[in-house]
Order: sequence, then C-alpha cells, then structure tokens
Amino acid sequence: MQVTSRQFKENSHKALQDEELRAALNRVKQGFTTKRREAADALPEFEQLRDQARDIKNHVLENLDYYLEYFESRVKDQGGHVHWCSTHKDAKDAILKICKDAGAKTVTKGKSMITEELALNKFLEAQGIEPIETDLGEYIIQLADEPPSHIIGPAVHKTREQVTELFHEHHQKYGYTEREEDAEKLVGEARAVLRHKYVTADVGITGANFLVAETGSTVIVTNEGNGDLTQSLPKTHIVVASLEKVIPTLEDVSTVMRVLARSATGQEMSVYTTFSTGPRRKDDIDGPENFHVILLDGGRSEMIGTELQELLRCIRCGACMNHCPVYHAVGGHSYGWVYPGPIGAALNPQMVGLEEALHLPNASSFCGRCEEVCPVRIPLPKILRHWREKAFEQQIAPKPDRWGIELWGFFAKRPGLYRQVTKIAAKMLSLMAGKEGRLKKLPFNNGWTRVRDLPAPQGETFMQQWQKKQKREG
Amino acid sequence: MDSREKILSRIRSQKGRDVLSKSEQDILARRIQAHKRNLVPKRSQIPPEDQIALFTEKMTELLTTVERVESSSQIPERIKAYLAAKNLPSRIKVSPSPLVANLPWEEVPTLEIVTGAGAEEDEVGLSPAFSAIAESGTLMMVSGPDTPSTVNFLPENHIVVVDVKTMCGSYEEAWDLLRSGRGTDDMPRTVNLISGPSRTADIEQRLIMGAHGPKSLHVILVG
Ligand code: SF4
Repeated sequence: MQVTSRQFKENSHKALQDEELRAALNRVKQGFTTKRREAADALPEFEQLRDQARDIKNHVLENLDYYLEYFESRVKDQGGHVHWCSTHKDAKDAILKICKDAGAKTVTKGKSMITEELALNKFLEAQGIEPIETDLGEYIIQLADEPPSHIIGPAVHKTREQVTELFHEHHQKYGYTEREEDAEKLVGEARAVLRHKYVTADVGITGANFLVAETGSTVIVTNEGNGDLTQSLPKTHIVVASLEKVIPTLEDVSTVMRVLARSATGQEMSVYTTFSTGPRRKDDIDGPENFHVILLDGGRSEMIGTELQELLRCIRCGACMNHCPVYHAVGGHSYGWVYPGPIGAALNPQMVGLEEALHLPNASSFCGRCEEVCPVRIPLPKILRHWREKAFEQQIAPKPDRWGIELWGFFAKRPGLYRQVTKIAAKMLSLMAGKEGRLKKLPFNNGWTRVRDLPAPQGETFMQQWQKKQKREG
Repeated sequence: MDSREKILSRIRSQKGRDVLSKSEQDILARRIQAHKRNLVPKRSQIPPEDQIALFTEKMTELLTTVERVESSSQIPERIKAYLAAKNLPSRIKVSPSPLVANLPWEEVPTLEIVTGAGAEEDEVGLSPAFSAIAESGTLMMVSGPDTPSTVNFLPENHIVVVDVKTMCGSYEEAWDLLRSGRGTDDMPRTVNLISGPSRTADIEQRLIMGAHGPKSLHVILVG
C-alpha cells in the first residue's frame, strides 16, 4: 500500500473539515466504546482474562521459532502447505504462483489486514486475476477504490448515501438499475451480487486471527459469514497470516477469543469463529482441495527482543482506535498506511520507516486510553515515546521541534536558571493577556491560537506558589 | 538461505540464543499436550439444566429462536410448523448425517427433503450440531463426510439440531468432547463456532441481519 503518512498534517486538516466524516467518527466514538464497556462489565473475569491473554502472547513470542515449526508440522500432517515468506514480495510471489497453478481467473477474499499490507488486490489485478472482496465493508471500499479507514470496520467513514451511489454505479451491470436508498436493501443487493461470485471463484483467500500450533488450524472471526463462503467453496484456500498469530493450544485460543470480540465490538463472541485445518478429508463432500498458509514475516522478526516486541501481541481488535481522541478527530485515512489509530502510530514507523511515518508518534495527547482498553495490555504510549526519542536522536524530527526540545533541555538541566526564566515568562504572559486572562495570539505558535485562545498563566509559577504555601504553613 | 531459515534464525538471533535445547522443547511440547485450561469464567460452571437455560437465554439475545423437543422423532413436525409460520419454502437441504437425514420425514410428505452439501439455490438448511456452548450461546459444528459445512452458510435460513447431552458450559469442555471422540491428532477440516445469524454493521454501524450467511437461525434442542 502506498504510504501517505508524511502528509499526516494535511490529511488531518482535510479530515477536520469533512462534515460526513465527523458524523461517521462520532458513531465510532459512541457506538464502540459503550458496547465495549458493557461487555467488559458483564464478565467479572474480564480483567484477569486480559492478563492471561497478554501472558499467552508473551509466552509465544519468547518461543516463537518453536511454535512456528510446530504449527508447520501439524499443517503438513493434515495435507496442507506452509509458505514461509520473509518479505512482502515473497508473499505476493507465493500467492501468485498458487493462483496460477490453480488457473485462477477470479479470487474471492475475506477481510485481511495482511493483504492490505501487501496491496494484494492491485498486484493480482495487474496479473490479470480479479480479486473480489466479500466482507461488506471491504467490498464497499474496493468499489470506491479506497484503503480501509478502520481495522475492523473498513468502511466506517462511508455514509449510506455514498454506498447508494457506489452500488448504483457498479451494480447496473447485474440488473440493479434503481438507486437503492434503504440500508437493509443495500445489504441484500451486495449479498445477491456476491453469492454467485463465491460459487464461481477459483481461489479463496482469507486472513487469520489465530494460528493454532497444537492442531495446525487457522482461525478466522467474522460476523457476516463471508469468510466461510470464501474458504469452503473454491478449490483452493489460501490463508495469509503473519508470524505472531500463532497460539499454542485450543485452550489458549479460547482465552484470547473471550477478550477479542468484547474489546472489538462489545459482542461476547463474533457470530462466526471458524477453525480450518488442511484441505477437505477423504470422504468429505465439500471444502477446498488445496490448503496453503502464507506465513509472512515482513519486518516482524526484527521486533523480537526489542522494545517493540510488545506490539506483536496485538490481536487487531481496534479498541485502541475506538477510544482514541486523535482517531476520533482525524479518522483512519489521515494515518496514511494500513494501520490507523494508536496501534498504527506505534507500528507503522517500524513497517514503513520512521522518516515516512514521523508525524504519527506525535499524533497523541498521551491520554493513555488506548493502553487502558487494549485487551493484551500493549503499552502504546510508551512505544510512541520510544519513537519520539528515536526521531530526536536520529535528528529526523523537524528542526523547530528539535530546537524546542534542546532549548527546554538546556533550562531543565539548570533548575536555578529555569526558575528565573519561567518566573519572568509567566509574569510577561500574564501581563500580555491583560484582564481577560487569555492570549489571542502567540509568536511562533499561531497553529494553536488560530483556532482557540491560550489561557495565560496567572502570574506566579508553581514553585513560587509552593514556596509561599510552605512559608505560610511554617 | 531460504525464507524459512532466514525467519527462524532471525528470531533466534534477536533473542540472543540458538535453537531451544531438547529439554526446553520437551517442556513446550508437554505444555501443548497437557491442554491445560486457563481461567474459565464461572458463569459456565453450572449444572446441565442451567446450562441449557443459559444457552437458550444467550442465543435468544443473539436473535436466534430456540425450541425444545423431547424426542428427535418430533423434529419433522416442528420444522413443518416453523417453516409455515415463517412463510418459508418447504424444500430443505439436509446434511446427510443420520442424526437429521434419518428422521421420520415420511410423516410430513409436504416437505421436500434433499440431502447433500449446501448449494447456491438452497433457502433452508438443516444440520446437526456437534455440541453447544452455554457461556456465550454458541453452536459447535464439525465438518465430515456427512456433515458438510456449506449447509451452515449457503441457505438463507438455517435450522440446527442440538442433542442436549452434548451441551457444554465452556469452549474448553467442547474441545475436550471433540478430542475424546477422535483423538488429539485428528482435527476436522472445519470447526464452526456459530453464535447467532449472520449480521453486518458496515453501513453507518446499523445492525442488519443476513449479510452473507443465514438471515435466520433456529435451534431445536432435543432431550
Ligand atoms: S493494540 Fe491492543 S487495542 Fe489496539 S488493535 Fe491491537 S490489541 Fe487491539
């Protein structure tokens, strides 16, 4: 996927002016957060389960090589294939080869963030293979030729009216000549159009929420059932998954399942959780004849053993973005690469390079809500701070930021001087603000004062007030 | 070096170690084979009749209809009544499993019974659950020669038969039940955990039923 994270500021400005996006993001804020709260409250063991989910993931990451090999041997035992892919290019080549061997003309796809990383649709199209997204949200944005704006609700930014127009434009060839306004009927229309595609596709591609080492199973979680039709009807099923998805046992998966849907949509369980193991068995009358797992590294193994390892616990539930005030304000597209919100701000610099994604770690007020709700307790703010430090050290942070920090650092190391200067500055600002106590303009800082006033200091610094208080109280 | 070696050796070098020693590997293998349970929510640990009640309550919350019969011989009549009440067609795609295919269908001659895998034109599907899980109102469907998984997804209306003796409190109990029947090395091609009918909220977060899988789900508890 093309990276546009460098334009984070421009993207955000645009997003802030977009009325339809504002309405959509408000729905995210209201809907997802309330439902998660209710689901968490309804399960007394929820917090303990989060601890256990974190510990299971940590245990896997400590022994990742072992569990991957175990998983591989179990897939092979059941007649499936595992393709280890070090880079995104390796993964695309492997998928293409399987599609070509299957003589594929059309490929149905379940929702998969990894295939977004690969920009797989564009790649397959260029090779003359038609990819068809089947998750309704993914289908909508495929028609709109846009990337997803949320990891579990890829089309959360789209309004019903926009969907009406997209379907009207693209479904006429199937005989739907009327503009459909009703959301329920729109879903019915997509259902009817896609139904036939499932049956005629040559290859079905899905992602994986988990890989189970014990059984060699791949697991997908959906509400629509699209992933199941995608994988059970075509002759070949390809699962595209990244390394860190492996989990030791069905018991461990059960624990992580209990926190996944609750954190994501506030459901106790998503409607469909499907365990797929190898190709169809000898006497089976349905199911794919070929089963392939693409195991993608794509920069992940480098994170093992570093301060970024904790990011590999992520189960892609979306809770961090659902609870992020910055995401609520600027939406998913502003982040400029596959993963938006706090997890994107923490992960994208590693995946696309810090220089490209420089703005993302700064897109945080460090309110800490992401860490509070993350089912596997990833310390997202800490990782954002790590990137900020890196950017400063490597001198790739913008000059004004660096000068600012250096200047602050100079004074911070000299407490006496710091106190004198802040005393003067506080006094000055308070004088400048006059009776109103607010500053309408501030040199070098009109980004702030253009949209709001800066409340001025009241005249004395904290230290002065503290000393006075101490004296008073003797 | 191929990708496999590259990935594995990178993981090891990042950890500052070699391949795990034999004894370390044994510990991990034992961890897998022990199937040790993590914390299992209390709500699942209740007597069988309470499990059935909890399952029914959860399923109903998930917009699934549930009824209970004493004996499986009553199922054909009940299905006939269900289809008539919902104004659904009388042709049913039935999993070849004897649990549902061998019911006294001759007693309801107006129903057309077709056994086999799911197909595009199917409007009503009937299949047996392997187990049901009370804690979240979840069906466990297992694929096999006479239980094709497509019957669970292609028909617009899905009817599932659950023998109450297979009711479990938690997922963990259901995994053990699955293992006890076929050994630990033989995972079926597909295990579907199903909690309600298909739904989507992809258009303006409005809940709409029947996105790709069944629009309606009806569970018949037997026993
Ligand atoms: S970082 Fe945590 S909250 Fe965010 S998507 Fe990943 S698991 Fe969910």
